[in-house]
Amino acid sequence: MILEAHDLRKLYGDYVALDGVSLSVREGEFVSIIGPNGAGKSTLINVLTGVLAPSGGHVRFKGRDIGGIGPVALTRLGMARSFQLVQIFPELTVLETLQAAVVSRRQHGSRLFASLRADHRLHAEALEVAALFGLADKAHRRARELPQGDKKLLDVASAFTLRPEIILLDEPTSGVSTADKHTVMEIMVGAAKQIGLRSIIQVEHDMDIVFGYSDRIVALHQGKVLADATPAGIRADAHVVDTVIGRKR
Amino acid sequence: MRTPVALAVLGLAVLVLPLVAPPYYVTLMLPFMAYGVILLGLNLLFGYTGLVSFGHALFIGIGAYTGAVLTTKLGVRHMELILPAAALAAAVVAAPVGALCVRYVKIYFGMLTLAFGMVFYTFLLKFYRLTGGDEGMRMLRPYLLGREWTGFSKVDYLVGPYYYFSLAVLVLATLVMWRIVGSPFGLCLKTIRDNPLKAESLGVSVARHRWYAFMISAVYAGVGGALLAPPTGNVDPTLAYWTHSGNIVFMVLLGGFSSFFGPLLGAFAFIFLQDTVMSVFPYWRLIFGAVLAFIVIFAPGGLMGLFARRPPVEVSGA
Repeated sequence: MILEAHDLRKLYGDYVALDGVSLSVREGEFVSIIGPNGAGKSTLINVLTGVLAPSGGHVRFKGRDIGGIGPVALTRLGMARSFQLVQIFPELTVLETLQAAVVSRRQHGSRLFASLRADHRLHAEALEVAALFGLADKAHRRARELPQGDKKLLDVASAFTLRPEIILLDEPTSGVSTADKHTVMEIMVGAAKQIGLRSIIQVEHDMDIVFGYSDRIVALHQGKVLADATPAGIRADAHVVDTVIGRKR
Repeated sequence: MRTPVALAVLGLAVLVLPLVAPPYYVTLMLPFMAYGVILLGLNLLFGYTGLVSFGHALFIGIGAYTGAVLTTKLGVRHMELILPAAALAAAVVAAPVGALCVRYVKIYFGMLTLAFGMVFYTFLLKFYRLTGGDEGMRMLRPYLLGREWTGFSKVDYLVGPYYYFSLAVLVLATLVMWRIVGSPFGLCLKTIRDNPLKAESLGVSVARHRWYAFMISAVYAGVGGALLAPPTGNVDPTLAYWTHSGNIVFMVLLGGFSSFFGPLLGAFAFIFLQDTVMSVFPYWRLIFGAVLAFIVIFAPGGLMGLFARRPPVEVSGA
């Protein structure tokens, strides 16, 4: 078990955002979290990534309690994330963005007088990741000039550059055109294999993506786990289909 | 390849200037070089980290007063000792002040730095015995390279040894800063400027890097402040006053914060513009206010942005 959440509760005043959520992610698993708006997905992500401390229960990553430890400590432990609203460094190039991630992973961020330009291994590694995500020919473009799909890929690529053991993708295909969604997912999943990522958690609304890639699906509803099963199991569960997924007309 | 050529030409011009130009203009170069050092530091915070300090005169004041106290009260006259002492004093104050200020961003950071600057200004003004109050303190002519330069008149000293000494300090400060902005540390600062949320998610500690940048910029301001004092021979509390903080922010905007050399150009333009405008028009602040408004609205990249063909908002590694 790489990530384990037990009986998580999170209250905002009187409002119960998470009401006893338990879930676990094993090595090599691709787990999707689904649920309607207000189900508690965002809160769950923030608790799972140590941004928020739970009001009750605990979340363990590799056996260690990570409740509220914050993003910097979490990346050191080996968990990375991408964001629902794409997060990039607008003025930095693709290469610089990935170099920054390598610098951070090596914990060289306090090196005042080392030269970035002279560090050929840094350059090579950043280019390698760029190539993995199909961004090599845009390595010297500024992030803000990239098309939306590439921005999304860069956001994820920089997180992958940290070589985490587990990554949490918050709506990896939101803002990506329907035509490009599968391409983006294929690139991400392929890169994950190359880099040696052990597990992926994603929050996703697009059910084609959810059912196409997940080993297991966790359905949230009103702060509770409604179902936790394989894609086939979820499809067979009429209650989940009605409340979370909706029927195709 | 244009930049190295331009720098070489400029370097040569600056080297021969005291031999060919009237002493008046040579002495005007002295505050330019002092402000050049200050602005390199300020821009590490402003252009590279995205924090606007309105209290940096605090560190200029610390540097200048360190020089004054050392020369008049403690008998330390060697500039080679005064500058490190000014740097150290600035760092010692910047450590706690910065640790507090960097927890805030945008206007809150600016206001907090302003507040600390005003605290120090009031201290200088009210602790008469220690600081000389509003009259300030004398800054005795410092020794350079171990020599007293006794045979030199004040002007000869300033346009000769002191000019070249200041130039050497500015060149060294520039090289060190160039190195810093091109380092892994410098890259991390840029990620924080662009997107602190994303920077943290990549494992870059935002508060820690901001704090380091704050201290480095304070050290630069301290050194620049110590360089500023000998030409006037006197230090007074206005060095630490908030309008002085405003002036240096103006210089950075004037030159362009998105380029490495922009602030140096800004310092140069400010000093010579101020000199020219003051000699023909007593209300120079009126003109400068209009210039500032013009820059913010029409040329956000400053003078450097006008020269460069690139769009002004670009902030590159240069």
